[in-house]
Amino acid sequence: MNLFAGLAGLGRSVLTLLAAFGRVALFTLDALSHIVRPPFYPREFGVALMHMGWLSLPVVGLTAVFTGGALALQIYAGGARFNAEAVVPQIVAIGMVRELGPVLVGLMIAARVTSSIAAEIATMKVTEQIDALVTLSTHPMKYLVAPRVLAALLTVPVLVGVGDVIGVAGGYVVATENLGFNAAAYLKNTVDFLEPLDIVSSLVKGAAFGVIAAVMGCYYGMTSGRGAQGVGRATKGSVEAAAVLILAANFVLTGVFFSI
Amino acid sequence: MIRMENVHKAFDDNRVLRGMNLEIPKGTSMVVIGGSGTGKSVALKCILGLITPDSGKIHVDGQDAAQGDRDAFLARFGMLFQGGALFDSLPVWQNVAFRLLRGSLKRPVEEAREIAIEKLRRVGLRENVADRFPAELSGGMQKRVGLARAIAAEPEIIFFDEPTTGLDPIMSGVINDLIREIVTEMGATAMTITHDMSSVRAIADNVAMLHDGVIQWTGPVSEMDASGDPYLEQFIHGRAEGPIEAVR
Repeated sequence: MNLFAGLAGLGRSVLTLLAAFGRVALFTLDALSHIVRPPFYPREFGVALMHMGWLSLPVVGLTAVFTGGALALQIYAGGARFNAEAVVPQIVAIGMVRELGPVLVGLMIAARVTSSIAAEIATMKVTEQIDALVTLSTHPMKYLVAPRVLAALLTVPVLVGVGDVIGVAGGYVVATENLGFNAAAYLKNTVDFLEPLDIVSSLVKGAAFGVIAAVMGCYYGMTSGRGAQGVGRATKGSVEAAAVLILAANFVLTGVFFSI
Repeated sequence: MIRMENVHKAFDDNRVLRGMNLEIPKGTSMVVIGGSGTGKSVALKCILGLITPDSGKIHVDGQDAAQGDRDAFLARFGMLFQGGALFDSLPVWQNVAFRLLRGSLKRPVEEAREIAIEKLRRVGLRENVADRFPAELSGGMQKRVGLARAIAAEPEIIFFDEPTTGLDPIMSGVINDLIREIVTEMGATAMTITHDMSSVRAIADNVAMLHDGVIQWTGPVSEMDASGDPYLEQFIHGRAEGPIEAVR
């Protein structure tokens, strides 16, 4: 009897999880479809672009520079165990561009942008501003969701590119100032080692993570519960979901790019 | 005319509307009263399509509210929300002119601003409020801005959701008088939901009492005090004892 109850509970959990995935997938498709269908709201898009892109640069830059520096120290220390200290430029470059740059930028965007979107939209829902939009003949998916998702799709790859460069620069500074590397040789090794596919994979990951971050913020905001508790849960849920999905998407995309 | 026929709406086990019937003749002001949680806001949102009824029909001037061009349908409505529902990120004048800055009613920015300022004056607010943000205004001023937004596009039908909730008696009186004046001068059809009996007497041509998901009593406001309906009498006199349970 207990076994059947356990199985039934497991089945219910799986169904609930699948239903949640289905709702998020439908919401994502709806959001993407509104990006290409008029009316468009350029002012909202511009505000989202500024908020997600320009205003995220300091946190992305700081995250990247410290990570690049730490990476150089770790690789140097680890490489020294089998006389391979010289690989620091190559491993910093590939580590930042293929993996750490996109993932860390994605996670920082999830912390900074996803939470902000979810809190803002959830508050709008709780205070009936979403209903007010509808009564003013304005579709919330077009006015609130589409501009934010499009802005994330376009800005996060740029942020990832900037993060990659700053991360590599962080490694360069540590390697040349503290570890005794020759500056010109470090740069040459970095540039020679990176392949176009490394950069493409970094930017594609950035675009995917940007969409995930924006969609999760919008989804949790639009489906939030009532009151301050509803806003709090929406914000927390959005960041958790975005972070987990970004890491899962990173695994899948890394597998895809390895197979190319 | 707005007509609701046998409208049902439940949220899980909570059957909020249980066959609501209501008629609001064109150009009249209907006030729907009833206790908290009786479904007044749900009824209003069903008419606007913000909530989909489980069953029943809603017609506005003979047109099924669930069919046809949604934008054209909503363009006929203005609504004052309970908390104002002003957009925090926009200055007051852009809130008021929201509909005039985009969509089918779009006007040049200068003209939209002029109209917004004119509507703000109409609700007793000075021009210098136009460039402030909603968070900088008092509750009463926010209600007035919400009212200005509701009338900015000169709608045929205006809904007022608890227009005096949270306001002091003087400001409530000001808002009630404004609503009555505006509805009369625009010739609009109005539906107001409220608990506030001073609002009922100031705004209503007709009154409907919603209880247990159905309209218990409806009639002209002049007949309300002598209705003989025990539910209505308990409500308008605010008695704890009567057919309406005090603990719900």
